[in-house]
Amino acid sequence: MTQSGMKFVDEFRDPHAARVLLRELELSIERLGATPGKPLQIMEVCGGHTHAIFRYALKDLVPPALEFVHGPGCPVCVLPMGRVDDCVAIARRPEVIFTTFGDAMRVPGSQMSLLQARAEGADVRMVYSPLDALALAEANPTREVVFFGLGFETTMPSTALTVLDAERRGIRNFSLFCNHITIVPTIKAILDSPGMGIHGFLGPGHVAMVIGTAPFEFIANEYKRPLVVAGFEPIDILHSLLMVLRQLEAGEAKIENQYARLVDPDGNRVALEAITRVFELREFFEWRGLGSIDHSGVRMRAAYARFDAEKKFAIPNVRIADPKSCQCGEVLKGAIKPFQCKVFGRACTPQTPLGALMVSSEGACAAYYQYARRSHIETAA
Amino acid sequence: MCLGIPGRIVAITNSSAKLATVDVLGVQREINIACVLGENETVADCIGAWVLVHVGFAMSRIDEREAELTLQLLHELGEAQAEARTMREGAMP
Ligand code: SF4
Repeated sequence: MTQSGMKFVDEFRDPHAARVLLRELELSIERLGATPGKPLQIMEVCGGHTHAIFRYALKDLVPPALEFVHGPGCPVCVLPMGRVDDCVAIARRPEVIFTTFGDAMRVPGSQMSLLQARAEGADVRMVYSPLDALALAEANPTREVVFFGLGFETTMPSTALTVLDAERRGIRNFSLFCNHITIVPTIKAILDSPGMGIHGFLGPGHVAMVIGTAPFEFIANEYKRPLVVAGFEPIDILHSLLMVLRQLEAGEAKIENQYARLVDPDGNRVALEAITRVFELREFFEWRGLGSIDHSGVRMRAAYARFDAEKKFAIPNVRIADPKSCQCGEVLKGAIKPFQCKVFGRACTPQTPLGALMVSSEGACAAYYQYARRSHIETAA
Repeated sequence: MCLGIPGRIVAITNSSAKLATVDVLGVQREINIACVLGENETVADCIGAWVLVHVGFAMSRIDEREAELTLQLLHELGEAQAEARTMREGAMP
């Protein structure tokens, strides 16, 4: 096999293949009897998919009777204000170097974001990896280095392994402020919410790469909805959509894996072991826009208390209601589209985000703002 | 943050800690490769392998073509250069 990489890329970008898939989607939708007035709603759970759907204008390419509902799959977007306030409180302690991924810097808290806290003198540093935070701890033995751990199961192994590394190397001035969340209970909460109209799901490819496909089975078994674990190429997304529709046509509900080239149905053994060693489920966790969801977050096990920022520092842990004008929750549940939010593009823009969905390019509102405006400009030009 | 970025393992920096140097779009940095080691594999066996890197950890082996595809995707999403920049800058102790 001496097929060149470029050729392979062409296969995945093949406009002919895309056209065939789009045609198949159209026929399938016709057979299913969906109409633009009564569309089929498919939720893409992962923010990475949301971004790709906008970037490649897939939502305008698919038949109008097929509607994407953008899921809660952007971990930065669902961070509640109270948690940002907790971060700011830790970061303001004089002994602390507070480390975070860049994405989280601009999420608004009730008083300020981490970026503003830094402007006011807190030692907040952006890192690429929790490993950088651990290196900072080693280099600054008189300071307390706190890493703000957030994300779904995709980033959970990295923080778990970093904590295990800190233990192995006896680094004592490192701790984790654990805000990791887990996607499965959240999908369940969406499925349980009144008026839920979602017919099927595109499953998060990289979460499944870590946890495997078994944790999604209940969606098919208990809720009778198909889920197809999807890759991130435009063709992957179209192909996965068709797999969902084919199941609907056959009256089936199964968990299928379109992204088998990366996703092992059993997940990643080393990653899962590290996660289970370090973390345990919380009774509940608060999500921006969605409220409190049972068992949807993890905390550190007692055995790792000395690396747990929640144990090391007094955390205010105050629950702050989302601003009244924010309709992030409705957007997340698929009840309204971002531009239907009253503050969209006015008080709430990527430069001045009111709600978290405006903060990261994986958030539905920021994606609408960025790409809807761009296509507007392109058509005007 | 969630999509990761493809890189190629070019050197081993600490085999007991399973740390290696990866090259991502010409940026070289140390990452942890524990999650992509097979049961009977040593760290040195991974030199030359393409991996998908999430926040400093190799999370999956990929082939070269998948790597190229993913890089193009990230490029088109406007995330490739930003990710490489963050990798380079990180936090200087
Ligand atoms: S426009 Fe702003 S406030 Fe409204 S839903 Fe989107 S992020 Fe939330």
